[in-house]
Amino acid sequence: MVKKIFERFYIGIILLFLYAPILILIMLSFNKSKSRARWGGFTFHWYKELFQNEDIMNALYTTLIIAFLSALIATIIGTAAAIAMNSMKRTPRTILMAITNIPMLNADIVTGISLMLIFVALRFTLGFTSVLIAHITFNIPYVILSVMPKLKQLNPHTFEAALDLGASPVYAFFKVILPDIFSGVISGFFLAFTMSLDDFVITHFTKGPEINTLSTKIYTEVRKGIKPEMYALSTLLFVTVLLLLIIINRKGAEKKVPLKQN
Amino acid sequence: MKVPLNVKNKMFQKPAKDSDKEFKIGRVNQVKLLSFPYIIWMVGFIIIPLLMILYYGLTDRDNNLTFKNIALISDPINRKALLLALELSLISTIICLLLAYPLAMVLRKNHKTSNSFIVLIIILPMWMNFLLRTIAWQNILEKTGIINSILQFFHLPTLNIINTSAAIILGMVYNFLPFMVLPIYNVLVKVDKDVINAARDLGANGRQTFLKIILPLSIPGVVSGITMVFVPSLTTFVISTILGGSKIVLIGNVIEQQFRLGNWNTGSGLSLVLMVFILFSMAILSKYDKESEGSNLW
Amino acid sequence: MTDNKLINLENISKSYGDNIVLDELNLYIRENEFLTLLGPSGCGKTTTLRIIGGFETPDQGRVIFEGKDITNLPPNERQLNTVFQKYALFNHMTISENIAFGLKIKKKSKEYIKDKIKYALKLVNLEGYENRMPDSLSGGQQQRIAIARAIVNEPKVLLLDEPLGALDLKLRQDMQYELIRLKNELGITFIYVTHDQEEALTMSDTIVVMNQGYIQQIGTPEDIYNEPKNAFVADFIGDSNIIASTMVEDRLVNILGTNFPCVDTGFGRNQPVDVVIRPEDIDLVKPEDGIIQGRVTSLIFKGVHYEMDVMANGHEWLVHSTDLFPVGSEVGLYVDPFDIQIMNKPTSEDEEAVEIEE
Repeated sequence: MVKKIFERFYIGIILLFLYAPILILIMLSFNKSKSRARWGGFTFHWYKELFQNEDIMNALYTTLIIAFLSALIATIIGTAAAIAMNSMKRTPRTILMAITNIPMLNADIVTGISLMLIFVALRFTLGFTSVLIAHITFNIPYVILSVMPKLKQLNPHTFEAALDLGASPVYAFFKVILPDIFSGVISGFFLAFTMSLDDFVITHFTKGPEINTLSTKIYTEVRKGIKPEMYALSTLLFVTVLLLLIIINRKGAEKKVPLKQN
Repeated sequence: MKVPLNVKNKMFQKPAKDSDKEFKIGRVNQVKLLSFPYIIWMVGFIIIPLLMILYYGLTDRDNNLTFKNIALISDPINRKALLLALELSLISTIICLLLAYPLAMVLRKNHKTSNSFIVLIIILPMWMNFLLRTIAWQNILEKTGIINSILQFFHLPTLNIINTSAAIILGMVYNFLPFMVLPIYNVLVKVDKDVINAARDLGANGRQTFLKIILPLSIPGVVSGITMVFVPSLTTFVISTILGGSKIVLIGNVIEQQFRLGNWNTGSGLSLVLMVFILFSMAILSKYDKESEGSNLW
Repeated sequence: MTDNKLINLENISKSYGDNIVLDELNLYIRENEFLTLLGPSGCGKTTTLRIIGGFETPDQGRVIFEGKDITNLPPNERQLNTVFQKYALFNHMTISENIAFGLKIKKKSKEYIKDKIKYALKLVNLEGYENRMPDSLSGGQQQRIAIARAIVNEPKVLLLDEPLGALDLKLRQDMQYELIRLKNELGITFIYVTHDQEEALTMSDTIVVMNQGYIQQIGTPEDIYNEPKNAFVADFIGDSNIIASTMVEDRLVNILGTNFPCVDTGFGRNQPVDVVIRPEDIDLVKPEDGIIQGRVTSLIFKGVHYEMDVMANGHEWLVHSTDLFPVGSEVGLYVDPFDIQIMNKPTSEDEEAVEIEE
């Protein structure tokens, strides 16, 4: 009993540690005072301002479009690669897997710098496209790592069974393989989307002066002070995701109930 | 349709050896073609860029081979930045491990009731921009910040940790703790309950079971957690910029500054030094992580 | 086997949420007995074993071991060892480290441990495997190691939780003989859990048939097979024809409209009963020699015998016979009075639970 209370307490402390900054950011989004340090009363002002602030809205738009496109392209390339790697012999697969792990384990700063150097060497102007390419690059491994375990669980004979029943390989893939690995593909996509949204360092090195994502915009404001609209925006994003997750979790829980009784 | 027919033949009679071989190679090669876009992408945007760093790091502005860029690490300022980064990231990694292991143990115990929910709660903060979350720590730690207000209220001496190494360590622990918790948790939930029961059955008490069974079985998760925390801590320049003020300079700050100033050769040279440490931790990881091929991370 | 009661389970109940797994279970296990808990999945057999092993605590009731109450004793302080369903070997240790685990904890001398490992590996026919890793072994070999790891601790009782479940048929049969040999060599008590009736019949001294948290019947393999107490046991142990019938008088039962002589007495006149007739106990004879007549509707060759369905009196009878009667042939069915097993219809709520789900 004492142990249980202690365990609860420990989880509580860790959660407080993880969520305290988030609570503060949410509070700041309702703070009348422009200064971070002082509470000037409650207001929705910044939420109204937010939609008039073209800079922030542009950064938001860039961030979302890059996150979406990079996740989508990474999902396609990554899923194809995972399927191919799954059918390879051990040695080539291990080599490819090692390369896949590089961007995940390497420091962001090194990945960012190296991509910047290649873009410059190719006389490629830093901007939207370079950021998109960079994001696809670090997103592909997340997709592969999400899809791979699903492929390993796959019964290798289902594909052959489909062929045996007269399906063409392409038809068999879409009707038999894809449905089985679909949850992995989807979670790979969302993981990639999240990673892209949250990235700062690699974008910082590959973006050039013309465009900004939310992260790089925040970074430029670190010294002169963050615009309160930014707090409002991130609160909105956070709450949206929170609600989405709660809904998904509810649905998942409902589905799981009959299983649990077994 | 040629392929399905072949499969049918194979089922009912043994086809001539050659056609069998042809069929197999043909099909497998087609599947392998799917990795082509990926291989080209990875060579173009991972391998060659890394070689670019190597090239810039080993040449000067006039493209002559030189070791000067690498040697710059012995410059007092750079050396101090590297040593400090090593020190702070080591401390943060140890703190993360000490916080995460018990947490993962507790989560493992409760995983039947609320598995995905608890993991979600650990990941959820990542959905708020990490720069903003780190900035929020300024509010908490500042001279007139939340912690000090609370301390003052109780007439306790105030803390002064903003713009110190301690604040940076706190920022690192805060940002990277989930990366330590998740791999350890993932390994721990995979430990078969009956393996633990077997140890108890053979006479081991709780402590012996932990030391001889649970701990050794969780080493791969611990190692991958250590890498996931150590590498980003060692190389960060953002956390030190936000929480360390301008006085504390880590190796990441130095490299970022060199690139900002256009000294690509110097920046690349210092990056190469940094990569020695990264490669070292990757090598340790791959030794323990052969089986799962990196899937421990998530 | 002696009459000395080694373990006594008294009024054990256990439930998970609303799901009652065991309800007031009483059972004793004698010294040196090979006792099998047999039943379909979810019948409570594994929970019973885990309560004896100490991995579960009953909600109610006591576990008595050699006269001492061990209900709340943790597993590491109990004088019994378990062989787990999926072996539960320590994959980060070598075979000898696995086997030595319990002995090292008891702080036995190095010499002693070494001898014991050698002895145990010899006992399970895996000499020379000391330095291999568990995952380099086949399923059957891993199972032997799991047994070796348990028995080196010289437990008074060995608990086996479906230990052969993951093995293929041939290996499973070999291991059955192996287990009987082991039991005889060690001279200790085995408590064995399985859902495989053949395994239970082959190895056990005593079989406990369980269903839905209740004990249905306790007896020797012969008792259980020849004189099942109710329709559940009859159906679970081997194939059988179970037919709702009426007792006409002592030694005469009406099955599907025809009177059959039997040997049972003491049932009331015209009392509804269940009749069990094993398929090998039905003789196929010329139509005029049978008690009832029917027509063969299906025929399958099974190796030792033919399996036939015979439609007679509106019921499909399952018959095993070494004589071949082609589909469509008219036959007579004859059953020796001695081979008709009469059972009371379930009356109490307890027995209601044993109704077989089709």
